[in-house]
Amino acid sequence: MTARISAEVHRSFPGGAGIRAVLDEPLAPGQVLVLFGPSGSGKTTVLRAVAGLDRPDAGAISFDGETWFDAASGVFVSPQRRRAGFLFQDFALFPHLSVEENVAYGLGRLSREERKGRVLEASRLLRVEPLLGRRISMLSGGERQRVALARALAPRPRLLLLDEPLSALDGPTREELRGELRALLHHLGIPSILVTHDRVEALALGDRLAVLVDGVVRQSGPVEEVFGAPADTAVARVVGTENVLPVRVAGSEGGLVVVEAGPIRLLAVDPGHLPAEAFACIRAEEVILEAAPGTASSARNHLRGVVTSMVNEGPLVRVTLDCGVRLVALVTRPGAEQLGLAPGLPVAALLKAQAVRLVPRS
Amino acid sequence: MDAEALRLSFTLAALTTAALLVLGLPVAAWLAVSRWRWKPLVEAVVALPLVLPPTVLGFYLLVAMGPMSPFGRAWIAAFGRPLAFSFEGLLLASVIYSLPFAVQPFAAALSAVDPRLVEASHTLGVSRLATFFRVSLPIAAPGVVAGSVLTFAHALGEFGVVLMVGGNIPGETRTLSIAIFDSVEQLDYATASRTALFLLAVSFTVLVVTYALRRRPVLG
Repeated sequence: MTARISAEVHRSFPGGAGIRAVLDEPLAPGQVLVLFGPSGSGKTTVLRAVAGLDRPDAGAISFDGETWFDAASGVFVSPQRRRAGFLFQDFALFPHLSVEENVAYGLGRLSREERKGRVLEASRLLRVEPLLGRRISMLSGGERQRVALARALAPRPRLLLLDEPLSALDGPTREELRGELRALLHHLGIPSILVTHDRVEALALGDRLAVLVDGVVRQSGPVEEVFGAPADTAVARVVGTENVLPVRVAGSEGGLVVVEAGPIRLLAVDPGHLPAEAFACIRAEEVILEAAPGTASSARNHLRGVVTSMVNEGPLVRVTLDCGVRLVALVTRPGAEQLGLAPGLPVAALLKAQAVRLVPRS
Repeated sequence: MDAEALRLSFTLAALTTAALLVLGLPVAAWLAVSRWRWKPLVEAVVALPLVLPPTVLGFYLLVAMGPMSPFGRAWIAAFGRPLAFSFEGLLLASVIYSLPFAVQPFAAALSAVDPRLVEASHTLGVSRLATFFRVSLPIAAPGVVAGSVLTFAHALGEFGVVLMVGGNIPGETRTLSIAIFDSVEQLDYATASRTALFLLAVSFTVLVVTYALRRRPVLG
């Protein structure tokens, strides 16, 4: 049962650029749609409009065939009746209530026993059961996040909305919780929409991606597609000049990880705790091109391919290769001229193992 | 000390405080979140008793309560006796005169409540009204208590408006501050001093409690 989120959000701000975001994406249970963009791009505005916390100036929002907002007909479903769980950036836990009271907060309509059951269910899922008796002020950042998720999930929402869920956490905790969060979101059986400006977070957590720039959705689609083939330069600037390849971990070799991306094998440095599936991210700047497979080099990855297209970018040339997978290299103009690069030319791409960055996916 | 005046003053102060909890909280809650363009107008009306001489306010209230005004006539028709120079009239005047002492601290406390918490409550399916009682009010409680205490103390000692609207009827409108004035006029300085000292002690205690409450951090 794949639901669908359709949102057209128009908002103007005094003295600032407005937002005119149009979004129409499938949302399968357990799947995560990432709204990705730099700060100020309007992604949080869109998320808040979907939650019903803000009313757009114009546009329409519907989820799973139900209209939540329609400026034309004046429909506005209150956030209470949308049944969309919301995880705030700073978690917004109620400071005057205990952890248990926080988790039970949205269960007012249920009987005592049912309420108790739901609190247990949600707190087991998030592993916050031992914290139930605590005060909010006694919790660490990571614990707060889990309690806030338990609170949002206890009323069994139809949709989960997450606003920069990891940004309030410190570095090590963030790394740790990123993996946990992905596993949780996939396990939930409800779709999620997640807002982030962090590339690694988008790659690690998203199934589909919508890129917002200046209040407009510039591109949307499967994560690796959007990262791998930005539709225009604005998107490319936001997602970075990166090759993103879905890979499977195939083993290890000399202390390095061997991953397979379709027909090709890559050696990469092990980031630790690597599940079976990951994204291999390679910056286009770090791909070295060689006219013909030649002498030995210290780079661990040698890929044979054919040049498919070339685009000049100032002093650089963006060269797209077909190596069995699509690979983009950013080389200097003199470098390209020396190699005589042209579409159809066979070349070899050299990649150091440490240039292949692995982002865990499951 | 005049026991009857003491009882009357405490009753008046307690009822004023209760009335302002019921009336002042909704006004304060509205002031805390509203972005209406005419809001300063409402804020000014609420704050007016702070700067207006009590006699001016008392005069208008007296006129409004008198048999010459439609309101005064309606009151007499409904209850069979005039509002002016009665305890009810005194209470009404006291509520209006104490409005800023309740509403301003209430509004300050309520607007300090993180709006994210209110939004979180809404996304959890809890209505606006229930959110007010389950989130905003408990978090703003220290400010609401401080405002109530301040209102009580202020209503306890009020003089000017009381004199204008209530006069000096024992058991009906003769409050402690009127009693002090009376004693002084009769050159009974001993009684005046006892009553004054009592009011001073009460006011001082109330302020100490208020500031102590304000210093206490919000629960969390």
